[in-house]
Amino acid sequence: MKIVVCVKQVPGTTEVSIDPETKRLIREGVSIEMNPFDTYALEQGILLREKHGGEVIVLSMGPKRAELTIREAIACGADRGILLNGRPLGGSDTYATSYILSQAIIKIGNVDLVICGKQAVDGDTAQVGPGIAAHLNWPQVTYVSRFVESGSSELKLERMHESGSDISIVKLPAVLTVLKDVNIPRIPTLKGRLSSRKSEITIWDETDLKTDPNKIGLGGSPTRVVSTRKPDARDKHTIILNGSASDSARELMKILKTRIEL
Amino acid sequence: MKLTESDIADNYNDVWVLGEIVEGQVHKVTLELLGIAKELADKHTSKKCKVVCLLMGSKLVGYELELFHKFADRVIIVDDESLKYFNDAIYASVVSRLIKKYKPEILISGATSKGRSLMPLVAVKIETGLTADCTGLDIDKETGLLLQTRPAYGGNIIATIKCENHRPQMSTVRQGVFKSMEADKTRTGELISETVLEEEKNTRFTVLSEEAYSEDSKINLHDANVIVTGGRGVKNPEGFKIIHELAGAVKGAVGATRATIDSGWISYAHQVGQTGLTVQPEVYIACGVSGQIQHLVGMQSSDFIIAINKDPDAPIMQLADVAIVGDLFEVVPVITKLLSNY
Ligand SMILES: Cc1cc2nc3c(=O)[nH]c(=O)nc-3n(C[C@H](O)[C@H](O)[C@H](O)COP(=O)(O)OP(=O)(O)OC[C@H]3O[C@@H](n4cnc5c(N)ncnc54)[C@H](O)[C@@H]3O)c2cc1C
Ligand SMILES: Nc1ncnc2c1ncn2[C@@H]1O[C@H](COP(=O)(O)O)[C@@H](O)[C@H]1O
Repeated sequence: MKIVVCVKQVPGTTEVSIDPETKRLIREGVSIEMNPFDTYALEQGILLREKHGGEVIVLSMGPKRAELTIREAIACGADRGILLNGRPLGGSDTYATSYILSQAIIKIGNVDLVICGKQAVDGDTAQVGPGIAAHLNWPQVTYVSRFVESGSSELKLERMHESGSDISIVKLPAVLTVLKDVNIPRIPTLKGRLSSRKSEITIWDETDLKTDPNKIGLGGSPTRVVSTRKPDARDKHTIILNGSASDSARELMKILKTRIEL
Repeated sequence: MKLTESDIADNYNDVWVLGEIVEGQVHKVTLELLGIAKELADKHTSKKCKVVCLLMGSKLVGYELELFHKFADRVIIVDDESLKYFNDAIYASVVSRLIKKYKPEILISGATSKGRSLMPLVAVKIETGLTADCTGLDIDKETGLLLQTRPAYGGNIIATIKCENHRPQMSTVRQGVFKSMEADKTRTGELISETVLEEEKNTRFTVLSEEAYSEDSKINLHDANVIVTGGRGVKNPEGFKIIHELAGAVKGAVGATRATIDSGWISYAHQVGQTGLTVQPEVYIACGVSGQIQHLVGMQSSDFIIAINKDPDAPIMQLADVAIVGDLFEVVPVITKLLSNY
């Protein structure tokens, strides 16, 4: 089975802030990590390879330093990594990003399965996985919570939604997005870490990918961010109760009575 | 595909809501979206936008009336056995074909697992933009463009996004973000029926069976008037006992922060916040919750917020209407007791 796992490098989100002058994100000095949801996608790729043979290729689009994240994935057991990096690729929205990733999957060739995380914690859209499926015109299975049966040409999967779950069969090639219920990701071994340092990471840019210049980057993105701001603070008067537990509870009862039927 | 200004001006109209049915009822988020769709249609003064609800599934009888009452001008129903289960491939083909036929200006869907699976497929097929999890939708007075506001970076940043040259302008919105409008029972509308084409049914994906969660594993945070939420301050799984007891006493539901879910103290279905549910109860009682932005974005529109925390400087205390400074293990049981004796 030839498996591509899409992995994104994301900032440690809580630290992100906006420069008050330029209104841009301050990225300097912000810690970076593999998108937590992608660790489950990676583990699933490795598990499937252990069962069916083949290879796991980690695919990431991002700045040069995303190489670190790819190496981390190799340390966990991925076979090789490809980084999509080039100025014109920057500024892509989910439409353009999924187009670029799909072009790389076509270039890799003979891919049986693409696995994505449920969502990236920075953009938080959960749109890139389905976008890849649509660009490739492959079937997708989103919110996968369990691998019921895996054959080399089709998979039987459990999908979760808000009010229940379902069981489905998908014929490969296909795109999956997985939930954290699917597995428990392994931790890189020391040996894995050492060998990952030496791994050659393939780097492709827009010319390698032969992408349509009208479909990539800021210019190829249908959506545009027009402004960003900090969330509003809720400006209000707070009643503070800092007496004994029973005084506070009694005081609260009086207030609650005016709000809801007790 | 980029469209020309005149193409957009002349040919694209109407605000569409992708409707959803759960367990034989119109999903609450669909009704909420019809309300905001009506508002957007009214604000879009340069066009005569109708509010259209697209409903897909199998055996869809009798839903249109409720949709008309909730301000749909037109309901398009696609009723076919092949839509019984959620096969995103078939759904996406049908929606895309109908978009090409009717050319809506705006298309909104609930940010449910189905909406979040289907909308990005459709957006790419139609070659347009899509903004996920919007918390605000408005029409720009000057340009008539849809202004889509959403949190990003775990709620640390609020971004406003637009889609200028592609149509429809597409967004998903979570349940609880907009309030549903009072029904107008005198309203009627136009009912259109569309079909699934044979070639659209031929997919490489098949749903075999579906199972609904059992009643008691459903935690209906969306329907609760009162939510009592436990944070890391409850200390361990047993700590949730007093949270459950208080929730029982106020006939409310139990919420939780991600920190407690990550620690395995309670299931994900309880999580409120950026990566959990967005809720808007009449009263929200946060116990041992610090109030990080990712939690706040999921509950800050609650009508009345009560926080119980040892730390008077915890961010949740600034947001709260009533801030009780104290140990939740002392305060919460007393409140529960007073309520039970009430
Ligand atoms: C991308 C991203 C998405 C996220 N999504 C979510 C989300 O959807 N929902 C969510 O909740 N979080 C989310 N988080 C996590 C969030 O940043 C916080 O870590 C989390 O909300 C903190 O949970 P907490 O308040 O329970 O814990 P803490 O921050 O540890 O706070 C515990 C509080 O309890 C108080 N306390 C302790 N003991 C007592 C006592 N005996 N009596 C009274 N008070 C006590 C403490 O003073 C403290 O204020 C997300 C984070 C990221 C990065
Ligand atoms: N730049 C990227 N490079 C590789 N994979 C990505 C990238 N962006 C998103 N993905 C994949 O798509 C999933 C969903 O991301 P998003 O749509 O941004 O929430 C992630 O979990 C990744 O698997």
